[in-house]
Amino acid sequence: MEWVVFIPLAAMALATAVSVVLLRNPIYCALSLIGTFFALSGLYLLLQAQFIAMVQVIIYAGAIMVLFLFVIMLLDLGHEPSPWPRRDRPRLLLSVVLVLLLLLELTVAIRPGISKAIRGPYTSAVVDAVGNTQLVGRLLFTDFLIPFEITSIILLIAIIGAMVLARRHLG
Amino acid sequence: MTATVPLQAYLILSAALFTIGVIGVLIRRNALIIFMAIELMLNAVNLSFVAFSRFLDSMDGQVIVFFVMAVAAAEVALGLAIIIALYRNKESVNVDEINLLRG
Repeated sequence: MEWVVFIPLAAMALATAVSVVLLRNPIYCALSLIGTFFALSGLYLLLQAQFIAMVQVIIYAGAIMVLFLFVIMLLDLGHEPSPWPRRDRPRLLLSVVLVLLLLLELTVAIRPGISKAIRGPYTSAVVDAVGNTQLVGRLLFTDFLIPFEITSIILLIAIIGAMVLARRHLG
Repeated sequence: MTATVPLQAYLILSAALFTIGVIGVLIRRNALIIFMAIELMLNAVNLSFVAFSRFLDSMDGQVIVFFVMAVAAAEVALGLAIIIALYRNKESVNVDEINLLRG
């Protein structure tokens, strides 16, 4: 039954990811990437990670991609030359071969599975009883409190850095 | 309840998405699209984090994904600011033309 949901979502994620890499107009690439994010959000729902699914839509598909689209429209990028110049053919071939090797290696590495791994306390039943968002929130404010606070400092530094970098007159 | 879709299916999808992201970084010359490919790779890794979190009955993976998203947001804000600054100097976002550090 889950396959009925998984296969279309996986196909959508792969198709939109390929079009991010292959399309020439950056706007279309950004819109395809939003499609990938929505497909992944659906997969997160299938994996009972409702909080992450919603955050994926709000932060990635909402905030980050709006920033991308805003920058694409701010910079005039309509007339991009062909992304694959003829003189680059050997290098392209080499990178595709290397990448296929990477994919092969990843696939071989994940084949054995996790039969011997240690399992945590958050079984499906526990997550259903307490709620996914409550559990994530509880962990964020107990076990992961210091990383959580450091994240806020990182975001603050990023805000200041982005303002300094994008200011019209540097120096 | 056991999931009917095995962990390996999610991991293979994640590996495929990561590979597509690597291809994007390697073959595209537009800095913005290279950035999008990097986001794709981050998302591929997030998918395997969430899948492991589900199949190992652990919540840590989802918390880590939350942190990855926060760092990705910071990275995108800074990266796009750098691209805007570059565009002001060079009138281009083609990474082949960005060679200010060449001696």
